[in-house]
Amino acid sequence: MTAVLEARGLGKRYGRLWALADCTLSIPPGHVAGLVGPNGAGKTTLLHMAVGLLQPTSGTIEVLGGQPAAGPAQLARVGFLAQDAPTYAGLSVADHLRLGAHLNPGWDARLAHDRIEALDLNPGQRAGKLSGGERAQLALTLAVAKRPELLILDEPVASLDPLARREFLQDLMEAVAEQQVSVVLSSHLVADLERVCDYLIVLTTGRVQVAGEVEDLLATHHLLTGPRRDPATLPASQHVISASHTDRQTTLLVRTDAPIHDPAWTVSQVGMEDLVLAYMSQAAGSRGRKPALEAQR
Amino acid sequence: MIEFYLDSRSGVAPYLQLIQQVRQALRLGLLREGDQLPTVKDVVRRLAINPNTVLKAYRELEYEGLAAARAGIGTFVTATLTDASLAAHGPLRRDLRRWLARARRAGLDDDSIEALFLDTFRSAAGEDIA
Repeated sequence: MTAVLEARGLGKRYGRLWALADCTLSIPPGHVAGLVGPNGAGKTTLLHMAVGLLQPTSGTIEVLGGQPAAGPAQLARVGFLAQDAPTYAGLSVADHLRLGAHLNPGWDARLAHDRIEALDLNPGQRAGKLSGGERAQLALTLAVAKRPELLILDEPVASLDPLARREFLQDLMEAVAEQQVSVVLSSHLVADLERVCDYLIVLTTGRVQVAGEVEDLLATHHLLTGPRRDPATLPASQHVISASHTDRQTTLLVRTDAPIHDPAWTVSQVGMEDLVLAYMSQAAGSRGRKPALEAQR
Repeated sequence: MIEFYLDSRSGVAPYLQLIQQVRQALRLGLLREGDQLPTVKDVVRRLAINPNTVLKAYRELEYEGLAAARAGIGTFVTATLTDASLAAHGPLRRDLRRWLARARRAGLDDDSIEALFLDTFRSAAGEDIA
C-alpha cells in the first residue's frame, strides 16, 4: 500500500536556519497520524511541503504516491486545513459551500449541506460572525466535502475552547469512520491526540524523534524505577530515552523490544503523554550539541 | 444497548476499556445474546475516538466468540457470560453489602476497603493456583 506521506531526507532552510532537517518518514494509509512537537518544531513547515505550499530545500516528499500539488488530480486527493481554520470573513456560510462546489471537481454537495444542517449553522451568516468553533467546523466541512483521500490539518483545535475542541474531534472522527479518509494532524497538545491518533510522530527542533503506530510505541516503551544506577550499565537492547536520578533512586524511560527481567526495576506502562514528553526533553537536552552536529554536515 | 465511556486516567488502552465494558455488561446481564452493540459511528461520535480503536475492540470480541458482525447492520452479541451464576448475584451482592457495612462500622475508609478486598482476592487466587 502506498504511504500517505513519504519523506526522504527532507529539509527546509530559511537563511541559515533549518526549520526541518533530514526528515525521513513514511506514514501508512488508514491512520489518524498525530504530528506532535513544541512550537517552532517544524510541524507547519512539514505540512506545508506536503500540500505544496512550500518547496523543499533538500530531499523529497511524496503524498499518496504523487508530487504535492503537482496538478488538479493531486490537489483533489488532499484536503488541507491551515492553522486557525481560515475562512473568508465577508462571505456567508452558503457562499463558502458554493465556492467549494466550484473549486473542487469531486465536491459532495449533499454531504456539505447535511453537515452544515447538523452543525446548525445559518447559511446566510457571514463567516466573520461565526464563533471560533463554528468557523473551524465550516472549514472542516469544506475540507471533508471535497472527498479527499487524505486530510491534512494544521493545529486544528489549538485555538478552540474545550467544548468546541471535543465537538470538532467528534466530527472529524465521524468523517474518518464514514469516509475512510486518512488523516495527518499536528498539535502541540498531546491530550488532544491521545484518543484520536493511532500513529504518532514526535518532531522537535526540526527533527523526527520517533514515529510509529501508537500501540507499538506504547508496547515497546517502559518506565523503570529502582535503586540508583548508571544507565550505561543497562543491556544493549534497552535504549534510554530519558533518565532522572535522586541520590537513591533512578527513573528511566526505555525503549526495548525484549521483556525486562531485571528484578531490581519496577516496570510500569507509559502513556502517550509520558512518551512524547520524554522524547521532547531528550531533544531539548541534546540541543547544546546541535551546532556541532550541523557543522559536520 | 449499552453506552461506552472512557477513563483517560486509568492507563488502560481505550480498546481494552471497550472490551471490558462489554464483558462487564454481559456478566451483569445488561447485554444478552442478540443485542446490538453501538455502531462504530455512534461510539466514535460519542467518545471522539479513532474508529480503528472501536473496530479493534469489536474484532477482539468476535475473536473471543462474544460478538459477530452483520454486514451493513452492525455488531451483535452472540454469547452470554452470565450462565446459571446470574441467579446467585443477588444473594452474593446482599452478603457483600452486609460485609461493607461491617467494614465501615469498623472504621475502614473506601481506600482501605478496596485494598483489603484486592489483597484478599489476590492471595485467595494465589492459593487456588498453588
